[in-house]
Amino acid sequence: MRAQVNGTSRDLAEGTSVAAVVTLVGAPAKGVAVALDGAVVPRALWEKTIVPDGGVVEVLTAVQGG
Amino acid sequence: MDDPLIIAGREFRSRLITGTGGAANLSVLERALVASGTELTTVAMRRVDAAGQTGVLELLRRLGIEVLPNTAGCRTSAEAVLTAQLAREALETNWVKLEVVHDEETLLPDPVELLDAAERLVLDGFVVLPYTNDDPVLARKLEDVGCATVMPLGSPIGTGLGIRNPHNIELITSRASVPVVLDAGIGTASDAALAMELGCSAVLLATAVTRAQDPERMGAAMRCAVEGGRLAHLAGRIPRRFWAQASSPGL
Repeated sequence: MRAQVNGTSRDLAEGTSVAAVVTLVGAPAKGVAVALDGAVVPRALWEKTIVPDGGVVEVLTAVQGG
Repeated sequence: MDDPLIIAGREFRSRLITGTGGAANLSVLERALVASGTELTTVAMRRVDAAGQTGVLELLRRLGIEVLPNTAGCRTSAEAVLTAQLAREALETNWVKLEVVHDEETLLPDPVELLDAAERLVLDGFVVLPYTNDDPVLARKLEDVGCATVMPLGSPIGTGLGIRNPHNIELITSRASVPVVLDAGIGTASDAALAMELGCSAVLLATAVTRAQDPERMGAAMRCAVEGGRLAHLAGRIPRRFWAQASSPGL
């Protein structure tokens, strides 16, 4: 199945969790948040939240700015 | 003299809030932040693979500086609300510097989207520090929906044009019951001092320090300017006179 991960279309295995996507993009251990289809997925739900076909995942962290 | 800045019940000894954008590298940023004496500093939220890991969070933690996430880059209320919620999740703070800008050329706040986002975020339990136009009416409305501060611009972000409408800033400070933070447009130390003399409770700046030829020295200059301006405001300036008035006794 395919999903948009940080703006890029990716092939993901069926049943891929949000936690797996976070690892896939190389996110640091701390200071990261995830939105799935425009809603925040709390860290506690990363393992059990499955990315649906056509899902849009954004993995964000803090950078210098402002 | 004990004169803390209090935002949403939290006390700060420094009245200078800084940004982290624009610094050549983290080492330059660190020296500038330390010299500025800041206790609260903004960061932006970006995609993990686009910006890379900057290490800015680790730096701020090591320096004991509070992190203030912003919603820079957001154009609509919906985008800003989601970004704030993501920042809260990532950084474990319910404080947010709310930015909703209209276009890239001016980076001026979109007042309609800004007010809508502020109201939603306050209802969602955020401590909202909105970057706003130097508009006394909008400032009042932001306060009315429950913002913890109002942060009017002196001039557009990154221009260094200083405070273009000091009277509007004074109108805002004269009737605000939350701290007014002069945000954006500061070019040099005298701009920061003027903001404080006009009754602002604090100054937020980034570019003026991070892109100065010597960021560390400019950070120190801004610290002194904010302290000097605050003292002058509290001391009460003399009235302006048309004619000279001798300061030595007559012969």
